[in-house]
Amino acid sequence: MKVVAKRPRALMDKPTHYCPGCTHGITHRLVAEVIDEMDIREKTIGVAPVGCAVLAYEYFDCDFQQAAHGRAPAVATGIKRVLPENFVFTYQGDGDLASIGTAEIVHAAMRGENITTIFINNAIYGMTGGQMAPTTMIGQKTTTSPYGRDSKSAGEPIRVVEMLSTFSRAAYLARVGLFNNKEIKKAKKAIRKAFETQKAGQGFSLVELLSTCPTNWGMNPAEALDWVESNMVPYYPLGEYKTPEGGEDR
Amino acid sequence: MADKILMKGNEAIAEAGIKAGCRFFFGYPITPQNELPAYMARRLPMEDGVFLQAESEVAAINMVYGAAGAGARVMTSSSSPGISLKQEGISYMAGSELPGVIVNIIRGGPGLGGIQPAQSDYLQATKGGGHGDYRLLVLAPQSVQEAVDLTMEAFDLADKYRNPVMILGDGMIGQMMEPVEFPGETSPEELPKKEWATVGNEGRKANIINSLSLQAEKLEELNLRLQKKYKQMQEEEVRVETTKTEDAEYVIVAFGSMARIALSAVERAREEGIKVGLIRPISLFPYPEQVVGKVAEQAKFMLTVEMNCGQMLEDVRLAVNGRCPVYFYGRTGGVVPTSQEIYEKLMELVRGEK
Ligand SMILES: Cc1ncc(C[n+]2csc(CCOP(=O)(O)OP(=O)(O)O)c2C)c(N)n1
Ligand code: SF4
Ligand SMILES: [Mg+2]
Repeated sequence: MKVVAKRPRALMDKPTHYCPGCTHGITHRLVAEVIDEMDIREKTIGVAPVGCAVLAYEYFDCDFQQAAHGRAPAVATGIKRVLPENFVFTYQGDGDLASIGTAEIVHAAMRGENITTIFINNAIYGMTGGQMAPTTMIGQKTTTSPYGRDSKSAGEPIRVVEMLSTFSRAAYLARVGLFNNKEIKKAKKAIRKAFETQKAGQGFSLVELLSTCPTNWGMNPAEALDWVESNMVPYYPLGEYKTPEGGEDR
Repeated sequence: MADKILMKGNEAIAEAGIKAGCRFFFGYPITPQNELPAYMARRLPMEDGVFLQAESEVAAINMVYGAAGAGARVMTSSSSPGISLKQEGISYMAGSELPGVIVNIIRGGPGLGGIQPAQSDYLQATKGGGHGDYRLLVLAPQSVQEAVDLTMEAFDLADKYRNPVMILGDGMIGQMMEPVEFPGETSPEELPKKEWATVGNEGRKANIINSLSLQAEKLEELNLRLQKKYKQMQEEEVRVETTKTEDAEYVIVAFGSMARIALSAVERAREEGIKVGLIRPISLFPYPEQVVGKVAEQAKFMLTVEMNCGQMLEDVRLAVNGRCPVYFYGRTGGVVPTSQEIYEKLMELVRGEK
């Protein structure tokens, strides 16, 4: 029998608590594969958010710190300043990063903190049961936008990658999707580039992954992937927004 | 031992941190502690250390969390409103059992308050401050020299207990200049390695810094372990100074710079033959309740003097436990009671006794 998908060394051999069809699982896997391929597992320190990925430290086989809601970039800054030779990454949801932790991510990017952020944009607060996130789409129904997000009172979704693009010390910024195999391959390449940016000491790197929350979106996994492609991608264009070489690929 | 040098309290505390092997400082500007981060910004680069002005006190304390979790001696300082913002992070540090030194140069509150010295954060500092059942070790210096000594000790205590330690001063301690000497120096390389720190898991299982426990029994276990630490602190870390209490009929209790002012009132009353003594708690948590309780057995009354509306008063009453009356005198909002005022209050109470 051919082994199609061997468990990456950087992942623990245990089932996760993620819902069926949730893209948190695949993203863990992609990050772990990159860590393996770069052979940096024993030099890597992860920072877990508050959100559905709060237990990330249970799944990755590397040192980890669990951060307060939104503060992962500050915690990662503390770690990286003490251990500049190590690899430090944060793994954050959209409520964590783009709402309560907006100041922390903006300032980490502004300083060019030499860390990597894996940003899970699923347009909702997953863990707390489906409330509106700053990234929730206009018209999207959530428990706290029951009539659909109305831009007049709730504003328009934050485009994090675009916002951070203004900082010269934010070296690598990309947005990727996970809605088919081609996009998953691209996502992995982007994650690899982000970690390579850190390795080269070039400054802040972030990959935004358009993700699913089938449970709180009230969809099955296939519908959720379709929804990302048809509803999120038009508002959140995919591509590399900044690379250390200075190029853009969108 | 090195020569004495004249230093401002805020700067002396900063230098004491460096002498204790602290090479990482994260802070945000606020009066009346601004000289402390400014000193660190100047000095730390000379020691290959890191000074970082964070985007907020919230970010600063979380940087402290990360650096402490990575095994470093690390420090932050602020004043009352900023310390309020740090509380979530301090609670996380206590829950994740991370060492670190937090300096609060208190100013008058509530709200934005003022910038004059106060002691109105006593309850916040000694009863936890943030959410959850935790305590900080809290040390309150009354002079610049003592601020130096306690700050250096604070780093050892933080490491010993894997718990945050707070230096509780006020604008007077921060701003006054006094001659100080530094009792030695530790370089970060000499410090024992922290086996639990997240530094990369080469050849071992992953280390995790965390305060989350989704199972109630597990979280209770953590709490019981924390309580054991606090009990050990109560047994081993009480620091208190008593002056003329052996034969005292009347006893003033005061901490920090307030105690220094109260001492002149005590001395003046003694000159007049009034048997007054002073208890000065130096560790505010653990509180020197046994000393206060013991002295209360012989005292006709105790008078607690504070730069607030009566916060330590609660701990004095608990320690005295009805053995004698406990009175209070305080000024607040940044107004500092003079020794004359304290003397007059004392004499009024003494006359009432007779
Ligand atoms: C200070 C604070 N406020 C609120 C919460 C409650 N809370 C936990 S997770 C969460 C939202 C997480 O959403 P997101 O970051 O989008 O992650 P997801 O679960 O969608 O992956 C909130 C509001 C908290 N734990 N701490
Ligand atoms: S609630 Fe949503 S984000 Fe959380 S695990 Fe389930 S599907 Fe994933
Ligand atoms: Mg989310």
